[in-house]
Amino acid sequence: MLKDLFGKKKKYASIPGENAKKDVPEGLMQKCGGCKKIFYQKELIKNLNVCPECGHHHQISAYDRIHILFDEGSFEEWDKDLLSQNPLQFPQYEEKLEKDRIKTGLNEAVVTGEGKIHESRTAIAIMDSRFRMGSMGSVVGEKIARAIERAREEKMPIIIFTASGGARMQEGILSLMQMAKTSIAIQRLHRENGLFISVMTNPTTGGVSASFASIGDYHFAEPGALIGFAGRRIIEQTIREKLPKDFQTAEFQLKHGQVDKVIPRGEMRDTLGTILDIHGFGGETVESSAGV
Amino acid sequence: MNQVLEFEKPVIELREKIEELKAMTKDSDIDLSDEISKMEERLAKLENDIYGKLKPWDRVQIARHANRPTTLQYIEQLFTNFIEFHGDRLFGDDAAMVAGIAKYKGKPVTIIGHQRGENTKENLKRNFGMAHPEGYRKALRHMKQAEKFNRPIITFIDTKGAYPGKAAEERGQSEAIARNLMEMAGIKVPIICVVIGEGGSGGALGIGVGDRIHMLENSTYSVISPEGAAALLWKDSGQAEKAAKSLRITAPDLKELDVIDEVIPEPLGGAHRDMVTQALSISKVLDKSLRELEEENETSLLEKRWEKYKQIGEVQSSIEKVEV
Repeated sequence: MLKDLFGKKKKYASIPGENAKKDVPEGLMQKCGGCKKIFYQKELIKNLNVCPECGHHHQISAYDRIHILFDEGSFEEWDKDLLSQNPLQFPQYEEKLEKDRIKTGLNEAVVTGEGKIHESRTAIAIMDSRFRMGSMGSVVGEKIARAIERAREEKMPIIIFTASGGARMQEGILSLMQMAKTSIAIQRLHRENGLFISVMTNPTTGGVSASFASIGDYHFAEPGALIGFAGRRIIEQTIREKLPKDFQTAEFQLKHGQVDKVIPRGEMRDTLGTILDIHGFGGETVESSAGV
Repeated sequence: MNQVLEFEKPVIELREKIEELKAMTKDSDIDLSDEISKMEERLAKLENDIYGKLKPWDRVQIARHANRPTTLQYIEQLFTNFIEFHGDRLFGDDAAMVAGIAKYKGKPVTIIGHQRGENTKENLKRNFGMAHPEGYRKALRHMKQAEKFNRPIITFIDTKGAYPGKAAEERGQSEAIARNLMEMAGIKVPIICVVIGEGGSGGALGIGVGDRIHMLENSTYSVISPEGAAALLWKDSGQAEKAAKSLRITAPDLKELDVIDEVIPEPLGGAHRDMVTQALSISKVLDKSLRELEEENETSLLEKRWEKYKQIGEVQSSIEKVEV
């Protein structure tokens, strides 16, 4: 009928296309990488970038981690001035570094320094996977080794948060040798009974997993973090079988005896504070239950 | 049967022709000695041209040559009274890693090395020289023993890498390698490492922290295989040749980068052409290193080992350029 042409509501609701779905306003909303639900970014940040629904731990920047970990205003950064060169004259390496410097506001993939957790003084190295996948080249190796050495000399504990895809390919053999450099530094620390706490966050693989990250007095991991030596795809190609979904997760490593404890981000500061306290590094005691 | 590599085909063809002519001279009355000597001159020149200017990719091919001598073959040439020991005392025995004790010029040593197979059947047994965690833990057990009984350690590196498998991950491949790096830093006896074939990333380094690091002229040592790098960088493993050059993985490259101590020369065409000569040139360098390291006391040995690795890498301060 003619009247149907006028004034009638559309019978069907329009469904946004695939592209529109992804079109979450930048900086306002964020989709959870775990449950895929959409949250206000502020809400996620308030929750330490951990999904309030499913508990998925999103990556956080090195400075955000420093902020949630240390007593306010206690952090002092070391060796911020160290910059990577292009020792092999590897094609396009400098451009990639420059791009990541602009993107992240960092000079390299690790931030080192010292600060206080519940008033216990500690050295720290925090990797940031947004910079070249957190890969370890000369500067990352050097900064970490220097931080370990300084912790040893000043009789401080050291905590290292790893987030790295492994060695940095563009620095070739020099990257590989950073595994040795950092591990020898850790050996020197252990020799003098220094305390080293390794906290593996998503991802901790390859040359970082197979060096300093795996030789701590305590090995902790954030829930769901990818931790392993070889990449999943390489293993699947090599053994010609599909790997289980939980393969190389923090929980998998806990089950296989490689980590001491999986610690949610919200409990990290208190747990680390307690350990530093038990080891006699001063500060206030965080009592979790009454002692006898 | 000797495997012939692409770049050396002209040499092999000419060599075969000379052999043919020689056979002809023997069987008939025709005297071809003039031609033969001319061709032999040409061969010498060709060999120099080809083997004298090896490209990185050529060296990769030689390092991977099916007939390239293995750890056990060098052990037989270099040492006396070698006895191999098995097992990590924790899980099992890894045939991709060999360990044992022997005498070198009359003195006791501990020997550790990756072991490839000399043929397909043996390669299956030895997992192509790609070790599992138990291999690295066996190596460490023997290094600790060497320390206890005060004998130097010699390691032979020859692996594509630590095995990327499910079981290897479950048993802590990362931890096994990491622990070796750390423990090798503190072992109070001299450690001499020789890369004899492929030095594949963390799997090579897992027995590669020492006081002297040497490489055979045509061996390689790299953070990633050229194929792997090409696949990651250019999504095309076919560009491995280009990656081999960019990554700087040859012995002369590593010498220039100050990562290794000495480049051990190989016979023309590679170690597989003359294993006995090759063993002699390894021995020369080994002997020199052992003598030098005998002079060190425990403290200076460990301090210098640290200094050696501490200086590797290139960093720049935004304040001033520094070599570390």
